[in-house]
Amino acid sequence: MIGNTFRKFTKWPVLKILIFKEIDDLIIRSFGIVAFISFFVGGVVAIQTALNIENPLLPGNLVGFATRQSVILEFAPTFISIIMAGKVGSFITSSIGTMRVTEQIDALEVMGINAHNYLIFPKIVALLLYPFLITIAMFLGIIGGYIVSIYGGFSTSYDFIQGIQLDFRVYHLFYAYSKTILFAFILATIPSYHGYYMKGGALEVGKASTISFVWTSVVIIIVNYIITQLLLA
Amino acid sequence: MIKIENISKSFDQVKVVDNISTVFDKGKTNLIIGQSGSGKTVLMKCLVGLLNIDNGKIFFEDKSFNSLSFSNLSTLRKEIGMVFQGSALFDSMSVLENIIFPLRMFSDKSEDEMIYRGNEVIKRVDLKDANNKLPSEISGGMKKRVAIARAIVLNPKYLFCDEPNSGLDPKTAIIIDNLIKEITEEYNITTVINTHDMNSVMEIGQKIIFLVNGRKIWEGTKEEIFDTGNESVDNFVYSSELFKKVKDIQKKRKY
Repeated sequence: MIGNTFRKFTKWPVLKILIFKEIDDLIIRSFGIVAFISFFVGGVVAIQTALNIENPLLPGNLVGFATRQSVILEFAPTFISIIMAGKVGSFITSSIGTMRVTEQIDALEVMGINAHNYLIFPKIVALLLYPFLITIAMFLGIIGGYIVSIYGGFSTSYDFIQGIQLDFRVYHLFYAYSKTILFAFILATIPSYHGYYMKGGALEVGKASTISFVWTSVVIIIVNYIITQLLLA
Repeated sequence: MIKIENISKSFDQVKVVDNISTVFDKGKTNLIIGQSGSGKTVLMKCLVGLLNIDNGKIFFEDKSFNSLSFSNLSTLRKEIGMVFQGSALFDSMSVLENIIFPLRMFSDKSEDEMIYRGNEVIKRVDLKDANNKLPSEISGGMKKRVAIARAIVLNPKYLFCDEPNSGLDPKTAIIIDNLIKEITEEYNITTVINTHDMNSVMEIGQKIIFLVNGRKIWEGTKEEIFDTGNESVDNFVYSSELFKKVKDIQKKRKY
């Protein structure tokens, strides 16, 4: 499937329209849910960190530091990707699966169009913008942690900001974005595979979406472990 | 003209198409008929290349479909139009967008030229006031018309229709059947139609092949189908009361 996706390309004027449509469907329409979840989970991370470090010997900037590390290293790239496996992955599987059961993919193939390239390539290109979504998740996660910490009385603004700046390593961003790009590829391809090769009718489209979510999540978790072992351990 | 020689297709060692040979004539409506599950759709999918055949050869004129190079196969595919059982219109596109889609993919026409050609075929299939509607907003009969318009927009040499009148009321079914026949004669194309509807056979069947369990049992014209002497064909043809009565009337006239 991957090989076919990158051969016999659709005409550029058509492909361009498809890519912009996928960017709208997969990235822009995910801003809301990503922003909402990031803000509140960032807040929850800050509260839990604060409640677990009541020892006066621990520095006050630890809340900001722990929030930043949790959000950048794990929450934004991995947790958001699992959420996206449900939102974007199910959307991809069900839309391609519906095209399969209603013979729209057959229609493309009879016309001599490379259906893999026509359907899957624009999704892969659109998800190259996924790191932007994760950047927003990182930013809003930390902002959420900051606001909750200040207004909940768990930290001071000075301590939190100092914590955010404490021992900042660019390599951690490299690690986070490396796995983000891999997750983007997984999010585009596994759900596409389950939609493209599904058999049956409307009921099977629903089943394929569920199976696709499970497999996408499992692969993300495994890849997360492997890349963490390779880059951080 | 499409010629098939001894083609077979199996799924899980069950032969769904079994050693079929025939010729589909140019400028005629060639019907593949048989009961549900007789292998009609699989045969058609083999003909258009959606399924790979296990054995045999398929010739489009003198070109062997099985041994064409990648570029020649792409060229041949542009000469094939297909109307699917469920119409297979693209949900996200308007009627006009669906119809000009093959032009957008394969021609170098400008937007205005594509719309002009789209409106030409829309007029030909007698589709009114539907250009900007989505497939979900139009009736089953209109969907078939859109599918036919999309199939002929590139002036194909070969037209394949899988159960083109399924799910339609009898009157609309006849209109769609006749539209396909008219287009076949007007464009002088080779049309292959899958159907299990005897009304279609009577309306447009110029050449007919009859399948049972993936095997070709009989081949002939609509005039010959009432007197084949073949039990399977007779069971199929005279399964409806209407055709039983036609048979009785014919018998009475003979005596």
